[in-house]
Amino acid sequence: MTTAESTTARYSWGGDEHIFVELAESMSLRANFRAMAITTSLREQRPEGVLEICPANASYQVRYNPDVIEPHTLLELLRDIEKQVGDAIDFSLATRIVEIPVLYEDPWTTETLQRFRDHHQDPDATDIEYAARINGMSDTREFIAAHSQSPWITSMVGFVAGLPFMFQMVPQDRQLIVPKYLRPRTDTPKQTVGHGGCFGCIYSVRGAGGYQMFGVTPAPIYDPGQELPDFEDSLVFFRPGDIVKFTPIDRDQYDEHVKQVEAGTYRIRSRPFDFRLEPFLDDPDGFNSRMLEVLRAD
Amino acid sequence: MPIEVHKPGLSTTLQDAGRNGYYDVGIPPSGALDQYALTAANHLVGNPPHAAALECVYMGPELSFTEPATIAVTGAELSPRVNGEARPLWESFPVAAGDVLDFEFVKAGARAYVAVAGGIDGPVMLGSRSTYGLGGLGRPLAAGDLLPIGPGSSTTAGRVIPESLRPVLSKEVEVRVVMGLYDHVLAPQGRADFLDTTWTLTPVADRVGFRYKGSELELIKRTPPFGAGQDPSNIVDAPYPIGSIQVPGGIEPIVLHRDAVSGGGYMMIATVISGDLDVVAQSAPNTRTRFVEVSLDEAMAARRDYRQRSQRLADLFT
Repeated sequence: MTTAESTTARYSWGGDEHIFVELAESMSLRANFRAMAITTSLREQRPEGVLEICPANASYQVRYNPDVIEPHTLLELLRDIEKQVGDAIDFSLATRIVEIPVLYEDPWTTETLQRFRDHHQDPDATDIEYAARINGMSDTREFIAAHSQSPWITSMVGFVAGLPFMFQMVPQDRQLIVPKYLRPRTDTPKQTVGHGGCFGCIYSVRGAGGYQMFGVTPAPIYDPGQELPDFEDSLVFFRPGDIVKFTPIDRDQYDEHVKQVEAGTYRIRSRPFDFRLEPFLDDPDGFNSRMLEVLRAD
Repeated sequence: MPIEVHKPGLSTTLQDAGRNGYYDVGIPPSGALDQYALTAANHLVGNPPHAAALECVYMGPELSFTEPATIAVTGAELSPRVNGEARPLWESFPVAAGDVLDFEFVKAGARAYVAVAGGIDGPVMLGSRSTYGLGGLGRPLAAGDLLPIGPGSSTTAGRVIPESLRPVLSKEVEVRVVMGLYDHVLAPQGRADFLDTTWTLTPVADRVGFRYKGSELELIKRTPPFGAGQDPSNIVDAPYPIGSIQVPGGIEPIVLHRDAVSGGGYMMIATVISGDLDVVAQSAPNTRTRFVEVSLDEAMAARRDYRQRSQRLADLFT
């Protein structure tokens, strides 16, 4: 990474309580990794008066109380951290590898997408048929393989409660790109696996949405009642930096998972993992298969 | 002891100062949209300034009390009645066991705050009693709900906030903003039009955001960066400051409020200063609104004025 790239951060005031920092205009794993590294460092220092530290895809923001920490003082601190982090080559992200089972082309998103065909680029196809076609694939099976074989990194959590935005960990020319709906839907089933632009997502709650819908996961990812064991410490499952592997399942497996959710015993499979950027960028496919071994190991 | 909800009103929620520390996972601060009115109501009944109170929008609830209490209503001109008899706004008054509290139609403003001595003792969720319905943290009141009241004195009836410390509610407002974020995506004419237009608040105005109409803003010609999407107003999905103003497609700016979606892919061009979020909160549909640019220094000066005014409120009854 050139030094020119590491000094393109753009700082902006967001009123009297926020500083907004754009690390790069375009999405890239490098920009995302810098956002993680800078916000991790800021969390460790956690100056008095900082209320929220929100890493995002290629940017981050800090919400603060300017009566406690003077805006320019905080701005200088953020610039200093940016300098220290540099291109984040030494940064090791303590994260997890997470397996999300997906029933692709499920009945619920299929029913929903049929209700909103007039909002879609291709009214005669399903979302996943459209996505397969415009990504040059012969059928939806090939698309599902591309979607589920390589892991994704959670580049941002938000929009609404606990919704992960995910960026596929493959070279840019292999990334799946699918435009959002022409006009947003007013309905999306809970736990829909979606896609918009270069980002995948999982809808944490039922609601409006504009991403293409490919399937559903039986795994709850938001549990405000904190009833399932994965939610003992937090009502939100996903954290920025989580690495996600989608695993296709069939209807019987889906129903089995749902039974476990209803019984309150369901757990998402996850393993701790220290992620560094350079080894990945040097050999993405090799790195990914080693990561998946970590997920599989018991 | 509880308050009984007979009729819930349009969308009545429990709100306090809100919660911090969860915006990074998409849970916004929530809390009273008009924080000044919340603290005023609490001072009137002798509560800590950010005790939980009811936020009523456009149409109030009908409630009954199972024991004597002291209450106060501030914010919008949503006049309270006890057993059908008018009671004043911005003053604390007593209610007896069995009394029924309801409200007249709203005459000005949009949101009223009902504080009860002792505070409304709803469940604390992530450090706050504030409702965040979208995320399943509480829900708006429903008929038949029972609201517990915390322990409190009932000796504060008759407190009055003087006119000078009550905000003026108007159908024509100015809202101060700090420009920035992605305002470079506006063409010079688009930027000028944003600040010169008198915007009208649409009916799409709730705790998440307030949508305005008025003119179409010209954007610069640009190729959207990788990952941003196809529309010229798209950005790589980024965090949204509370109070930030986004302009999807260059039309109909949206001011995000305290139940904001925490991020997304529409360019934001400015942020409402924290104190003026109260002004937005009291805007009813059709309110004519000008966005007035201020510098960060001016925003900080406005913040000091707001704090002094809040302090004068606190000093009234100590």
